[in-house]
Amino acid sequence: MSLRIVVCVKYVPDATGDRHFAEDLTVDRDDVDGLLSELDEYAVEQALQIKEAADDDAEITVLTVGPEDAKDALRKALSMGADKAVHVEDDDLHGTDVMGTSLVLAKAVEETGYDLVIAGMASTDGTMGVLPAILAERLGVPQVTLLSEVSVEGGAGGVVKGRRDGDTASEQLEASLPAVVSVTDQSGEARYPSFKGIMAAKKKPVQSLDLDDLDIDAETVGLEGAWTKVDSATERPARTAGTIVKDEGEGGKQLAEFLAGQKFI
Amino acid sequence: MAEVLVYVDHVDGAVRKPTLELLTLARRIGEPVAVALGSGAEATAATLAEHGAVKVLTADAPEFADYLVVPKVDALQAAYDAVSPAAVLVPSSAEGKEIAARLAVRIESGIITDAVDLEAGDEGPVATQSVFAAAFTTKSRISKGTPVITVKPNSAPVEAAPAAGAVEALSVSFSAQATGTKVTSRTPRESTGRPELTEAAIVVSGGRGVNGAENFAIIEGLADSLGAAVGASRAAVDAGWYPHSNQVGQTGKSVSPQLYIASGISGAIQHRAGMQTSKTIVAINKDAEAPIFDLVDYGVVGDLFEVVPQLTEEVKSRKG
Ligand SMILES: Cc1cc2nc3c(=O)[nH]c(=O)nc-3n(C[C@H](O)[C@H](O)[C@H](O)COP(=O)(O)OP(=O)(O)OC[C@H]3O[C@@H](n4cnc5c(N)ncnc54)[C@H](O)[C@@H]3O)c2cc1C
Ligand SMILES: Cc1cc2nc3c(=O)[nH]c(=O)nc-3n(C[C@H](O)[C@H](O)[C@H](O)COP(=O)(O)OP(=O)(O)OC[C@H]3O[C@@H](n4cnc5c(N)ncnc54)[C@H](O)[C@@H]3O)c2cc1C
Repeated sequence: MSLRIVVCVKYVPDATGDRHFAEDLTVDRDDVDGLLSELDEYAVEQALQIKEAADDDAEITVLTVGPEDAKDALRKALSMGADKAVHVEDDDLHGTDVMGTSLVLAKAVEETGYDLVIAGMASTDGTMGVLPAILAERLGVPQVTLLSEVSVEGGAGGVVKGRRDGDTASEQLEASLPAVVSVTDQSGEARYPSFKGIMAAKKKPVQSLDLDDLDIDAETVGLEGAWTKVDSATERPARTAGTIVKDEGEGGKQLAEFLAGQKFI
Repeated sequence: MAEVLVYVDHVDGAVRKPTLELLTLARRIGEPVAVALGSGAEATAATLAEHGAVKVLTADAPEFADYLVVPKVDALQAAYDAVSPAAVLVPSSAEGKEIAARLAVRIESGIITDAVDLEAGDEGPVATQSVFAAAFTTKSRISKGTPVITVKPNSAPVEAAPAAGAVEALSVSFSAQATGTKVTSRTPRESTGRPELTEAAIVVSGGRGVNGAENFAIIEGLADSLGAAVGASRAAVDAGWYPHSNQVGQTGKSVSPQLYIASGISGAIQHRAGMQTSKTIVAINKDAEAPIFDLVDYGVVGDLFEVVPQLTEEVKSRKG
C-alpha cells in the first residue's frame, strides 16, 4: 500500500508585521497578514522528498486547524506539490490552546488515515515546539522529533530514521511506522512553488471538516475549553535609546569604557 | 506545605544551572521535590539539597539513554503519582518541553511553556511569558489540573537554601510506548571550554558581517577576554562559518544574558526573538541604519575588524 503522509501546517500572522493581541487576549488574526508558517515549509519539503524517494508511491495530505483564511496556507503547500488538503474550521475553535489543538489534530489525522505525520519544529507565533510530541502521545505512536535529517525505508510498513541534534549530543533515531515526525530548519531549504504547481493546486481537493465531523464536543476546545488562561498581555516598553558613537579610531576603547562603567570588565 | 516537582537537567550527575534557578522559583510556591533520572542521578542530590530540594527522587535504567523522551515521561509520571504535587516545573530545553507536554496530556493538565518568571497566585502559579519576539509580556495560569510549566534559563537567580535533600529511589514501570523510538547511536558534542550559550552571563555573537569562518577567531577572542559564550546569527550558520548549536534566535537558542554583544548582525526579527530579553545590549555594525541599533544600550558604528580587536585588547589590558 502506498505511504500515507499527513503534514500539519499552521497559518500564522506575518512575523515582520505588527503582531498584537485582540481584546479577548487571543492573537489578532484579522489585522495582520497571515501566511503558512515558514517553519512548516520544511515539513512539506521533507514530505515531498520522502515521496520522491519512494518513486512517488505516497500520498501527501496537508492538514490545518484554523480560520477561513488558513486556506491560504493549504494552497501554498498544495502548490509546492502536496496532493490534497484537509481544513478543520469551526467558530468554536477560536482561542483554543495547545491541548485543544492537539486533540483536534489527532482526530483529524485519524480520520484522514496515516502512516507518517510530519510537523514543523515550532510555529512562528505560539513557538511552543511541543505539539508533535503531544500528537504522538495522543495517537499512541512513536515520536521522532526535531530531526535535521529524515528518511523512510520500506514504505507504509517500514521504519523512519533521522538525526536529532540535541543540546549535548547528536542522536540517530529509528522507529517503526506509523509515527509522528517533526523537522527543523536544518533539514533542507524548502522549494518554491512553480507556476505549474500553482496552477495545479487550484484543482486539488480541499476537504472541510468541523467539530461535529470529528465528533468533538465544542466545550472541550476554544477559549472556554482551554486549560490555560491568559490574564494579561502588555506591550513591552520600548528600550530607552542608547548611546551610539561613530568609530573614529577609538570605538573599541570607548566601548570598553562603557563596559567598565557597567562593571562587565 | 504543598510540594512542587522539579525535573532535574544534569549531565552525569552535574546539575545544570537552569535547574537551580527552577528550585528558586519552586520555593515561591511550595517545597521543591527534585526528580533526577539516568546515569549519575544520585550524584545530583548534594547540589540540589544546597539549593532547597527537600527530597530527591532518583531512577536509573538503560531505557533513559536508549530510547527517546518517553521513558523519562513514564518516570516523571511515577513521581507525580507518588507526590501529588501542586505544580510540576521543567527546564525549557527542547527535550524538557517535550517531556512536560506529554506528562500534561497524561495527567489532563494545561501546560505553559517558556515562562520567564513565576509567582504564587490565588488561583495557582502565575507565569510570565515573553512573546512575539519579546514585543509583549503575558501573564497566564493553568485553569485545569496540576500546573505544568517549563521555564527558560536565566529566569531567576540561583539561591543557596539548604534543605534535607533526602534521596529516595523512584520505582518506574515503563509504558508500552517507552521503547517506540530507539536511539541507535549518539555522538556527544565536543566541549569548547567556553560557558554554555543559554547559561552564560555574557554572550558575544557574530553575523554575516564577520565574513568567513576564519574570521570568527576575532569573535572568539573577544568572548574569551570576557569569559563569554559565542553566538552566531543564522546567516553565519547557514554560510557554514559557525556550528548550528551556537545559533541565537527563533530557530536557534534563546539567550537572556547580562550582556549581549552583536557584531556584524543586522537585527532581524527572528534574531531578536532569541536575544531581546538580554539585560544590556551592545552592537558593532558599519551601517548606522541597522535595526539592531534600536535595541542597544551602546552602539558603535564602525568596521568590526577595527573595533572588535581594539576592544579585546582594551579588555585584556584593563583586566591585567
Ligand atoms: C504567543 C503565544 C503563546 C502561547 N502559549 C501557550 C501556552 O503556554 N500554552 C498553551 O496551551 N497554548 C499556548 N498558546 C496557544 C497555542 O500556540 C496554540 O494552541 C497552537 O495551536 C499550538 O501551539 P504552537 O502553535 O505553539 O505549536 P508548536 O508546538 O510550536 O507547533 C509545532 C508544529 O505543530 C503543527 N501545528 C501547530 N498548530 C497547528 C495547527 N493549528 N494546525 C496544524 N498544525 C499545527 C505545525 O506543524 C507546527 O510546526 C500560545 C499562543 C501564542 C500566540
Ligand atoms: C523562519 C525563520 C527563522 C529564522 N531563525 C533565525 C534565527 O534563529 N537566528 C537568526 O539569527 N536568524 C534567523 N532567521 C534569519 C533572519 O531573518 C536573518 O536573515 C538573519 O538573522 C540575518 O543574519 P545577519 O544579521 O548576520 O545578516 P545580515 O542581515 O546580512 O546583516 C549583516 C550585518 O552586518 C553588517 N556588517 C557587514 N560587514 C560589516 C563589518 N565589516 N563591520 C561591521 N558590520 C558589518 C551589515 O551592515 C549588516 O547589518 C530566520 C528566518 C526565518 C524566515
